[in-house]
Amino acid sequence: MSTFLEEVNGRMGGVPIQRCFHCRKCTAGCPVAFAMEYNPNAVIKMIQMGMKDEVLTSSTIWLCASCETCVTRCPNDVDIARMMDTLREMAIESGASKGEKNIVKFHEAFLSSIKMGGRINEPMMLVQYKLKSGDLFSDMGLGLSMFMKGKIKPVSPRTKDMKSVREIFKATGK
Amino acid sequence: MKVSYYPGCSLHATGKEYDQSVKAVSDALGIELQEVDDWSCCGASSAHMTNFKLSVALPARNIIAAQKDGLATMMVPCAACFNRFKSAQHHLEEDDSLKTEIEEIVGAQYDASVSVRNPIDIIYNDIGLERLREAVTRNLDGLKPVSYYGCLLLRPPEVCQFDDYENPYMMDGIMGALGADVRNWSCKTDCCGGSLTLSKSAMVVTLVDKMMRMATEAGANCIVTACPVCFANLDTRASKDVRLPVFYFTEIVALALGLKGPESWFKMHNVDPRPLMTSLGLL
Repeated sequence: MSTFLEEVNGRMGGVPIQRCFHCRKCTAGCPVAFAMEYNPNAVIKMIQMGMKDEVLTSSTIWLCASCETCVTRCPNDVDIARMMDTLREMAIESGASKGEKNIVKFHEAFLSSIKMGGRINEPMMLVQYKLKSGDLFSDMGLGLSMFMKGKIKPVSPRTKDMKSVREIFKATGK
Repeated sequence: MKVSYYPGCSLHATGKEYDQSVKAVSDALGIELQEVDDWSCCGASSAHMTNFKLSVALPARNIIAAQKDGLATMMVPCAACFNRFKSAQHHLEEDDSLKTEIEEIVGAQYDASVSVRNPIDIIYNDIGLERLREAVTRNLDGLKPVSYYGCLLLRPPEVCQFDDYENPYMMDGIMGALGADVRNWSCKTDCCGGSLTLSKSAMVVTLVDKMMRMATEAGANCIVTACPVCFANLDTRASKDVRLPVFYFTEIVALALGLKGPESWFKMHNVDPRPLMTSLGLL
């Protein structure tokens, strides 16, 4: 059985994350580190220490906004942004994605909108997200104002060849 | 020049004024746009954050559709789509077995013939600042923008190959050529929080408020951007006491070129930029 570290490295490709020497440039440049429970470099150390449950159930992996500042500045080319993507995938697969439920629900609503029409229909996606998250009333005023300005419409053009889009979801779905 | 055009989902909805202003500016500068046939969503952050293969296959479907146009360039105005396309191309060109697998899923060959480019790059490098300067009919006196590039046009640099990734200058150059008094500032490449805006709104407010304060401190009276996600976050999430008007850079180009449309686009913004523009005599 492979260790958590081997599993993460294997799925990511690229340089092994243990190249990290904890200079903390990633954490210093991370725009959302202030809201994270573990800093980006701490996550690397936790993976090395086999703390799988703590990492996969953490809010940190979902709060990462994928701005890619960390990997751009890393002196050792550790692809921390890709590592966060990998950890999110693993958290979903193992059912451990409870760190930030609404972020996960947003991604589900977004992808399901593509699956249905090939393109994002913003009002439908928002309604789906609202129903999934239970966060029904925030941004109602904003949504209404955008609707009045003709920015969001209940019906928008879809991709015609939906078979090809569904095929992509089927073939890449796990 | 003729290019394939991938608008993406936002440009047909919340980023409508970006789509309309890109089209107006392209027309005025002699860039012919051919919309990619039956395009679909690039998958945006939600695909790459949760399913790597999906995040390559969705853009691949569109790049392969664009290949049929036989044009060297696909213009992608949305920074988020741009990033997903560049990233998919990077993976397809680096990893042969992934390429084979994706080609099987999409049912066609990826031939690396299409260069994905943002309109900032096309206007700066192909049209050039000289030609842009000559096309100006209304000098933007008094407009003091800061250029906000955000994350997705620039990072990671070896994938995006766009501009100086810590201190980009192309959008500043374009604004300067139009006669605007571009202010220098240190948040050009900061993150607005992106797609976390719905699920973690308070966090996004913290990020955009900081940027608004920094822009004001730099002496700016507005912010220009090339990303519908950045635009939406800056335009709708900033706290009342720090708000500045936000523009797509193409809206400002269109205004300086005396094209039709700016006023109708400005009406769609959340923070109404018309009082500023009227006070400067630009509307």
